Amino acid sequence: MNSNRRVAVLGGVRIPFARQNGPYARATNQDMLTATLDALVDRFELDGQVLGEVVAGAVLKHSRDFNLTRECVLGSRLAAETPGYDVQQACGTGLEAAILVANKIALGQIDCGIAGGVDTTSDAPIAISEDLRAVLLELSRTRSNAGRLRTLARLRPQHIVPEIPRNAEPRTGLSMGEHAAIMAQDWGIGRSDQDELAVESHRGLAAAYDTGFLDDLVMPYLGLERDQNLRPDTTAEKLAKLKPVFGGPEGTMTAGNSTPLSDGASAVLLAGDQWAAEHGLEPQAYLIDAETGAVDYVHKREGLLMAPAYAVPRLLARAGMELGDFDFYEIHEAFASQVLCTLRAWEDPVFCRERLGLAEPLGSIDRAKMNTHGGSIAAGHPFAATGGRIVAGLAKMLAQKGSGRGLISICAAGGLGVTAIMEAA
Amino acid sequence: MSDRYQQLVNTPIGRVISKQIGLPAPVRLERYEPGQPVVSGPVLLGAVPGARLAGAAAKVLAAVGADVQTPLQEEARRAAADAGLPAGIFNPEVASADQTFKALVFDASGISDSAALREAWAFFHATIRRVRSCGRVIVLGSAPQACEDPREAVAQRALEGLVRSIGKEVRKGATAQLLCVAPGAEEQVESTLRFFLSPKSAYVSGQVVRIGAAAASYEALDWERALAGKVALVTGASRGIGEAIAEVLARDGAHVVGVDVPAQAEELEAVTSRIGGSSLTVDVTDDTAPATIAAHLLDGHGGVDVVVHNAGVTRDKTLARMSEELWKAVIEINLIAPQRIDQELFGHKVVRDNGRVVCVSSISGIAGNAGQTNYSTSKAGVIGVVDAFAPALAKRGATLNAVAPGFIETRMTAEMPIATREAGRRMNSLAQGGLPVDVAEAIAWFANPASAGVSGNVVRVCGQSLIGA
Repeated sequence: MNSNRRVAVLGGVRIPFARQNGPYARATNQDMLTATLDALVDRFELDGQVLGEVVAGAVLKHSRDFNLTRECVLGSRLAAETPGYDVQQACGTGLEAAILVANKIALGQIDCGIAGGVDTTSDAPIAISEDLRAVLLELSRTRSNAGRLRTLARLRPQHIVPEIPRNAEPRTGLSMGEHAAIMAQDWGIGRSDQDELAVESHRGLAAAYDTGFLDDLVMPYLGLERDQNLRPDTTAEKLAKLKPVFGGPEGTMTAGNSTPLSDGASAVLLAGDQWAAEHGLEPQAYLIDAETGAVDYVHKREGLLMAPAYAVPRLLARAGMELGDFDFYEIHEAFASQVLCTLRAWEDPVFCRERLGLAEPLGSIDRAKMNTHGGSIAAGHPFAATGGRIVAGLAKMLAQKGSGRGLISICAAGGLGVTAIMEAA
Repeated sequence: MSDRYQQLVNTPIGRVISKQIGLPAPVRLERYEPGQPVVSGPVLLGAVPGARLAGAAAKVLAAVGADVQTPLQEEARRAAADAGLPAGIFNPEVASADQTFKALVFDASGISDSAALREAWAFFHATIRRVRSCGRVIVLGSAPQACEDPREAVAQRALEGLVRSIGKEVRKGATAQLLCVAPGAEEQVESTLRFFLSPKSAYVSGQVVRIGAAAASYEALDWERALAGKVALVTGASRGIGEAIAEVLARDGAHVVGVDVPAQAEELEAVTSRIGGSSLTVDVTDDTAPATIAAHLLDGHGGVDVVVHNAGVTRDKTLARMSEELWKAVIEINLIAPQRIDQELFGHKVVRDNGRVVCVSSISGIAGNAGQTNYSTSKAGVIGVVDAFAPALAKRGATLNAVAPGFIETRMTAEMPIATREAGRRMNSLAQGGLPVDVAEAIAWFANPASAGVSGNVVRVCGQSLIGA
């Protein structure tokens, strides 16, 4: 992006993440995202301003929310003239939204914008069954009363059983957890390593609250001040007692080392240097490059959540960097096993030679630099909101350090992976 | 030649009974058929830190198209990557119980002191029960004599005990071997690894094989026809083990010149014509026999590549009752004739470059046997031939090795008294007798052009017999 404008991350906010059917049980995606946009408006004094664009999305979405982001803009204290649009890329939604905003800024098409994401697993859309839908659509096409009666006569009691969204891959029928269990098996990831990573995640997030790191990043919402899933006092011993939930009775994956279903929203403000200066805002970090990848988990037996393992090496090669060249690594903890599989793949001579075409392994990550303020296992993972949580957190870490680089890696359903590099301002 | 007991215990009812009363349960050993893959199931390649042979082993596994997995171990993962093997990871901590292997290959060459033997325990502790029926356990190490550090020599010597015990613990027709590879000879392991991975080594277990620098160079091989264009001399080729040797060498592409005494002329002709070879009737103990053989080989074939001294006799009597004739007959045929023939063939440069000499010793030559003082003396003497002449032959680019068969099902053993026969058959790790082809396959491995680093070995084909262990 050398010939393009630099894209600064000015800062971000989120609401605390709640567990499914917790305090946000009755909050809609629109409620949460609008509240989060307003929190950002408060923090950066954007009241009534026209921004270049607001890009956000949700993974679990009602059909009425076909224009979710724009509706949230209209509901927020941003100027109603601010355009907005939705994106949806599973768990990569939030980071992909930031990349899209950044790209328009870099090209000079906009000067500033907000990237965000929201998800609720509590207020989830429930669809009527396909059979009932067919009957109702037929009914609307029928003109005569007699015809309408004939169509209605086709209704059967089982038609009222609704379709509840399932956390399953359409092409394999396996849940994401089951896919992750296969990966854990393929990579020989043990239970204790996963539990240890989960403990570190809780420890890091608890410290981030205790030290005040999250004070300006997390805005209380509906009475919740901290992420509901956080267990500051959890230990490997406690986690070791949990029964496996994926991979059968001999499995290694539990509710403790997997992310819970959760509700929440996040938003990040991005801008070019000039807009930032004009508004008296200091860039925290720059989003300097990004790479999205995908794997064929259907036919080539690659792990569903292994796409970042491919995308990051390409990103590094383009940026002329090594895996060890970063001060912070933000690797989304969909499951502890996913993180460990990714790290192991980058260290593995066979994977790096066979799959990445590298003569030498990509390398190791200093675990002390990874997810230092906690990750999705502790915070929770409202799918589309995770990207914003990570970008905002990493920008602040880089700003506090005053130098250095951070690497973001997010795996997503459908064999997707979204990755990015940020640099201190 | 039929083993009725083995047939019986492999019936459903026989299996139940033999298990209940703890009788040996010999499985039907898998044996090689042309066109088969070298190894018919997943292979686990393990290594210890500092191991130097995993790379060579991985290359062989890649060449045979094996489905390879490795533990999470740096040397093993690197070896797999360098060999272009898309090797999966095996972690016993999380692997399901039905994850089994046709072969375990473990590079122990990095074990440099006795405490580090723990690495071998750790590997096999987690995997020994995962070896499939007729599976293979192969440990790669260094020859203790070649270790500069005495502590390393001790630890490497200790591996022999481990491997021999594994041979006795793995059941269901599986075998275990230790291959000691000299520094610098890493690339010489291919023919030996292929042999011990494959069903060709069905009746060989608990053996220690030394692999050194190549006596001569060789070109890339068609492994199915490794002896194509080669001439092989096989003495005593008219029947039994000799017939099997002739057949296997011919299968691998050699032109076999079969030798036997005039009284066996008809049977010999039948064998050699069946395999497209040629025959020479001569009594190997005749004074003129070496010259006759040499002339035949030079005139008819331009020389010889593989010499198999298989001709042998027994003339059993207890020592007190043994006449001088019986003594002399056995010593002359079994021990003196091979030396005289070798002297002639090498003295007149009848043996071509990268030549092979293989002697047939016997378990009796290692353990001794009552009533066989003459035979045991001759067969121990054959081991002496290997020890004494291998270094000299190496200078001429040839290798010299011996096989020492145990209980092999032949006409000779079929005529044994039943108690002796059953004891011989069962008292080994595989609880059954071997077949002539098992001896022949071992000889074909020695004869392989790629076995240029395999010399001075005496390898028993005995199912890891308790006798002479």
